[in-house]
Amino acid sequence: MGSVLPAVQGFMYPNEVELQWSVLIVLYPYITGLVAGAFILASLERVFNVEAVKPTYRLALLTALAFLIVAPLPLQLHLGHPERSIEMYLTPHTTSAMAMFGFVYLWYLMVVLVLEIWLDFRKDIVLTWRASRGPKRWLYGAMALWYDNISPEALAVDDRVGKAITVIGIPSAFLLHGYVGFIFGSVKANPWWSSPLMPVVFIFSAVVSGIAAVMLLYMLTAWWRERKFDIACVDTMARFLFFAFVIDFSLEMLDLVHRIYEADESFRALDFMVHTKLYVSQIIIQIYVGTVVPLALLGLVQLVRLSPRVRSWIYWIAGSLTLIGIFAMRWNVVIGGQLFSKSFLGYTAYKMEWATREGLLPAILLMLLPFGILYVLVKLLPPWPAKPRKGDATVM
Amino acid sequence: MSDLFKNKVHLVRMAGLFLVGIVAFVILRWWMVPKSFGEYGHYRGAALGEIASLPMHYAGRAACEECHTDIVAQRKGSPHEQIGCETCHGPLLAHAEAGGEPKPALPDSRQLCPRCHSASPYRPKGFPQVVVADHAPEGQCTACHNPHAPKIS
Repeated sequence: MGSVLPAVQGFMYPNEVELQWSVLIVLYPYITGLVAGAFILASLERVFNVEAVKPTYRLALLTALAFLIVAPLPLQLHLGHPERSIEMYLTPHTTSAMAMFGFVYLWYLMVVLVLEIWLDFRKDIVLTWRASRGPKRWLYGAMALWYDNISPEALAVDDRVGKAITVIGIPSAFLLHGYVGFIFGSVKANPWWSSPLMPVVFIFSAVVSGIAAVMLLYMLTAWWRERKFDIACVDTMARFLFFAFVIDFSLEMLDLVHRIYEADESFRALDFMVHTKLYVSQIIIQIYVGTVVPLALLGLVQLVRLSPRVRSWIYWIAGSLTLIGIFAMRWNVVIGGQLFSKSFLGYTAYKMEWATREGLLPAILLMLLPFGILYVLVKLLPPWPAKPRKGDATVM
Repeated sequence: MSDLFKNKVHLVRMAGLFLVGIVAFVILRWWMVPKSFGEYGHYRGAALGEIASLPMHYAGRAACEECHTDIVAQRKGSPHEQIGCETCHGPLLAHAEAGGEPKPALPDSRQLCPRCHSASPYRPKGFPQVVVADHAPEGQCTACHNPHAPKIS
């Protein structure tokens, strides 16, 4: 706390000087947003039959799973005693939104993602099981639940059930990320957070970040595998990204205009904060670099005919800036909401540590972990068409 | 096996797996949640008895006042009248139960008094506060102030 005191301006209450929610709490909504967004992109193809984005369907599902596995880790690292998190399920506190989220998480992980991935990959799992020997055979056999019926009728059943799960999954994805916005939006003591628009803004920003992440991953994995990616697919994703971004940005601006027009007792303090402490992260990074520039780039593609090469460069740049912008948005919500005093007469600073439990290093490692998990998942369940194998046509 | 069922065996197995998970959860819950949990509220009911059976350390003001009537008289009407004796003197159940022996050590007033009286913008206006280093660079506060009736006579 002593190291933060020199950065305090004006009047802070003693319990406000040191920030309680660190960069790890910034990661948490960022990661869950990627999960929800990636899933919503996947469900576009499944429920609304958007054929163009089909090549990304499986990759989007695996991405959602990889990030969802990591989603609770920042919270556990922040709280300490991860072994106690099971208590949330054993003795659930029904009036606590945070405790109830444990069930939303479990539902989303097991009933939505794992089931949907299993049903979609079942044919590949069975084929690999049949073609493998040794431990690999055992592993894929277990994943197939030792039942290898992949007849068209059985796969048709899988498809129907999978579709039903996707339909359930869409509101679940909204619930998953809407909850994160709800947690902030319902803190009525904090005017920076307290807004009924918060869950809605979080959902749309989640969709934006999820589409951008899957689009980049799709192009990255194609480059990695030395294949050409389907530019029509990326065009469609970029179009969705553009539209989702327009809605997201409009909602954020609506929130901003509402705050400016309402100008309640907190407004001057928050306005001062945005123009000083949050200027770089909010105005420069979130709004200009992370929103206006990618929106302009994506809009340009919609208006002007450009060569595929130029378009793909634009998608690389716009996608990366979008992800930076959404991260900045999470940062500005979580950190920004703790920088001002409830007295509206003072401001503190966030001093990020490096190699401590809540420092930058664990945050970087936690951000890299989903990619490691995704690598394993892609090895286990390749989301792209494989070379024809023996037994491909076999039907029981 | 009918064709209709044959195409759904894997789903039945998956449902079975979920069922096993749910049963395992129920067993785990039965095994891990203390039996008295929820007896009175969202906590372990038996904790009340366990906490109540912990050894006591504080005697309470009434026990002090039984013997120290002179101090009770000094404190009457003073700003410190409402402060519990053991707030400054520490827990003294053993002292009270043993009839006054051993005598507890007197608190170090240079450590104790500034806890409440060192100058701080967070304290209410009008509350007696001093910058200790300026007010009394050395010596015990009790050299000038009577802690039981803290006014310089």
